Amino acid sequence: MAKRIETVGLSCHYGSTKAVDDVSITIEPKSVTAFIGPSGCGKSTLLRSLNRMHEVIPGAGITGKVLLDDEDIYAPGIDPAAVRRTIGMVFQKPNPFPTMSIYDNVAAGLRLNGIRKKSNLDDAVERSLRGANLWDEVKGRLTKAGAGLSGGQQQRLCIARAIAVEPQVLLMDEPCSALDPISTLAIEDLIAELKDSYTIVIVTHNMQQAARVSDVTAFFTLKGPGEPGHLVEVDATQKIFTNPSRQRTEDYITGRFG
Amino acid sequence: MSTSVDLRHRGIRQATLPRWAVVATTIGAVLVTVLLFATTGFQGRADFLLVAVVLTVLSITALSWRVEGRRRAVDRIATNLALVSLLLTLLPLGFVVGYVVKRGHGVFGWSFLTHDLGSTGPLQAGGGVGHAILGTLEQVLLASVFAVPLGILVAIFVTEYGGRRLASAVRFLIDVMTGIPSIVAGLFVLAFWIFALHQSFSGAAAAIALAIIELPIIVRTAEAMIKLVPGELREASYALGIAKWRTILRVVVPTASTGITTGVMLAVARVTGETAPVLLVAGNNNFFNRSPFNGQQGSLGVSIFENATSASTFNVERAWGAALALVLIVVVLYVAARVLTGRNKLARG
Amino acid sequence: MEGTAAPLDAASLRTARAGRGDVVFRWLAIGAGLFVFVVLGSIAAFLVIKAIPSLNADRSSFWATRTWSAVQGDARFGIAALLFGTVLTGALALVMAVPVGIGVSIYITQYAPRRIATMLGYLTDMLAAVPSVVYGLWGLYFLLPHLVGVQLFLAKYLGWIPLFANPNNLASIFSKSVFGAALVLAIMVLPIVAAVSREVLSQVDPAQKEAALALGATRWEMISTAVLPQSRAGIVSAAMLGLGRALGETIAVALVIGVSFKISPHILTPGGNTIAANIANAFGDADAIGRSALIASGLVLFTLTLGVNLVARGVIARSGAEERSAV
Repeated sequence: MAKRIETVGLSCHYGSTKAVDDVSITIEPKSVTAFIGPSGCGKSTLLRSLNRMHEVIPGAGITGKVLLDDEDIYAPGIDPAAVRRTIGMVFQKPNPFPTMSIYDNVAAGLRLNGIRKKSNLDDAVERSLRGANLWDEVKGRLTKAGAGLSGGQQQRLCIARAIAVEPQVLLMDEPCSALDPISTLAIEDLIAELKDSYTIVIVTHNMQQAARVSDVTAFFTLKGPGEPGHLVEVDATQKIFTNPSRQRTEDYITGRFG
Repeated sequence: MSTSVDLRHRGIRQATLPRWAVVATTIGAVLVTVLLFATTGFQGRADFLLVAVVLTVLSITALSWRVEGRRRAVDRIATNLALVSLLLTLLPLGFVVGYVVKRGHGVFGWSFLTHDLGSTGPLQAGGGVGHAILGTLEQVLLASVFAVPLGILVAIFVTEYGGRRLASAVRFLIDVMTGIPSIVAGLFVLAFWIFALHQSFSGAAAAIALAIIELPIIVRTAEAMIKLVPGELREASYALGIAKWRTILRVVVPTASTGITTGVMLAVARVTGETAPVLLVAGNNNFFNRSPFNGQQGSLGVSIFENATSASTFNVERAWGAALALVLIVVVLYVAARVLTGRNKLARG
Repeated sequence: MEGTAAPLDAASLRTARAGRGDVVFRWLAIGAGLFVFVVLGSIAAFLVIKAIPSLNADRSSFWATRTWSAVQGDARFGIAALLFGTVLTGALALVMAVPVGIGVSIYITQYAPRRIATMLGYLTDMLAAVPSVVYGLWGLYFLLPHLVGVQLFLAKYLGWIPLFANPNNLASIFSKSVFGAALVLAIMVLPIVAAVSREVLSQVDPAQKEAALALGATRWEMISTAVLPQSRAGIVSAAMLGLGRALGETIAVALVIGVSFKISPHILTPGGNTIAANIANAFGDADAIGRSALIASGLVLFTLTLGVNLVARGVIARSGAEERSAV
């Protein structure tokens, strides 16, 4: 069901400036991988290159390969829009569609993909909202505006919207940084449940969150001032946080820099 | 609870229309158009172009629908329609400016811009619109001398002094003023200045109407620009003990001056071309009338209007020359305003 | 010299005049604000005052009559045909201008690369810079002759639609017509619709667009899901502002429309008139009562455009969007 992502020598650039250099990493299915590192080291850029959102910015592109279960998503003949449906994304600031109701927000992706029949939509919407642990809170007001919820609820709505189109992978770009601690906890619990069905990659600047939530942690940092970001170390979360192999990782974990 | 349509196992591959297919279809559509025009009675270059373009777009869309699927085809249609809209917007601009240049450049010249019709009859060549240019310049200048300071002052009132309710009331009235059709402004000056106050038709009367049109434009731009001035700048000035009025005059307005100047230029460009109110209250004059206060005065807009439907081809040519002069003035002001906007650090944020 | 403050020597700081300066300036500013009230009040007042004589002298119903006759002692003025013509040309102009205006602003904000997008915006705004008298001249000498073919085609093939019908079977060349005037008006109104729409479309939160793309939307699907729904109010307002402009446009229409006073829906045949064009055309020969009647018609026009503009601003205000363009 959930698929493996593997990058081979992946570099990301904006125009002529390289932002991420030569990353080769394997993300196993049904696991949670955390990308950590100081701000500005390219974690988000790397994340966005995994579902071809990076190239939406004019002049931006990648070199190297990104394999989804051995299929290169950047190969000619591959539809970027289909990639984005298969590899979903949740953003830092919750962004439900303001003019749509809760129901319509969750159904938006389904309708785009040609699913119109009300019964199918109803089922899918309920399934997704349940999957996002939001169903009980909103089931009585599905026709109300999506923007009327609290921050944490909005983010769960965005998660429901993302999983409604049945992706294989879920990418999360600092999903809790705009939320209060209670909502953050709710999202973290949700992630623990979601990993049974999806491959999850989460970018976070909060090391404790990475330690709580992920199975594997990848540490990135800049090579030097003005240099692109690169992968320093990737290993089981336990190991990274208790006995990292690289000195730079240890420096970051213990707060000596970043 | 599962959907009967399973999205999960949809692949990510997508059939794309190869470039050669697009080119081939275009050529095919053009050929069909040629055939169509050869066999039926259709003719004309513009018609040919239209039919060819429509056929091309339709056939590529149909092909895309079959090969790439509905969503991609719809995306293509949308892109094409957006491009067509762009074309439909730029074409008229090209046609208008191009035709004005084409018809107007013949009579254009220094003599045309500096002479009046004093010694030229309607059935003679020669003469010029110097009197009209002078009239327009004087009327616009007179209008601006009132409208610009007043407009900036109103903007200052609305942003710096007005109580909330008074300021919004004034802002509302300014909005109302922007909607006054220029001919109604002319009618007002007619009713008030000329009928009630028994003044004569003159350039100054036109200037009043132009000021009414110009004022709200200046107020809105000035207000927008003054609002962009950061509050910290004002506070720094107050913290130094500088009085409010000095702060406004020496700090706020100068900071906003680039934007305000741009607004003034655009407003001036707008009223230079206004014809309807000037027609009503300044009348027309074929001779130089250097005084805007005394008697009917010519203006570019009115002279174009009057000559446009003249039976004399010479008059019509003079109308085109005047139109070219008017367009040049307005375009220069517009371009200068845009260049100035590019340099406006405040507006760029 | 941006951002420089007044000179800061001790003398100027000590000046006791600062208090008085503030008071004077404050009253100056308030005076300016109140002056706006005075100006608008007088406009309304004088128009009404000068319109009344004609309404008293009118022997026929002002609203229902179709003719405009200034015969001494037997004045008959009716705004019916003028009002109809004004609304018809305005509506037609809108029908043509709004789709194109929305389309070009979608292109500029969603499709065009950043650098040429600004340039395209300026070019579109240039359409608004051309004075209306030039549009009228161009319409008369360039557009109308070129339009004849189109009008004949429409009348021949689509004549079964009442709008395009040609009941008198005029085989001769159509020249001035409501259709021509509406087309010229459409070109004049287009930049207004485009400018306001562009403003509204560019204010859409990029996060929404990303959300749509992340669901696997194509570019058009992103626009229709994330951009257009939020911009609905602004676009409606843009259309209404354009309508307000079209209703009040005088000179271009006066030059291009064939003056007649019947109420006829056949836009391809010669004929038609608007309130504004009528004022411009009939003014020269009007006597006192005639001019008073024209002022009365101007008052009606003002009320109409005022209403449309207020609705437009109301729509934008209710949607909460900031109106930034100095249109």
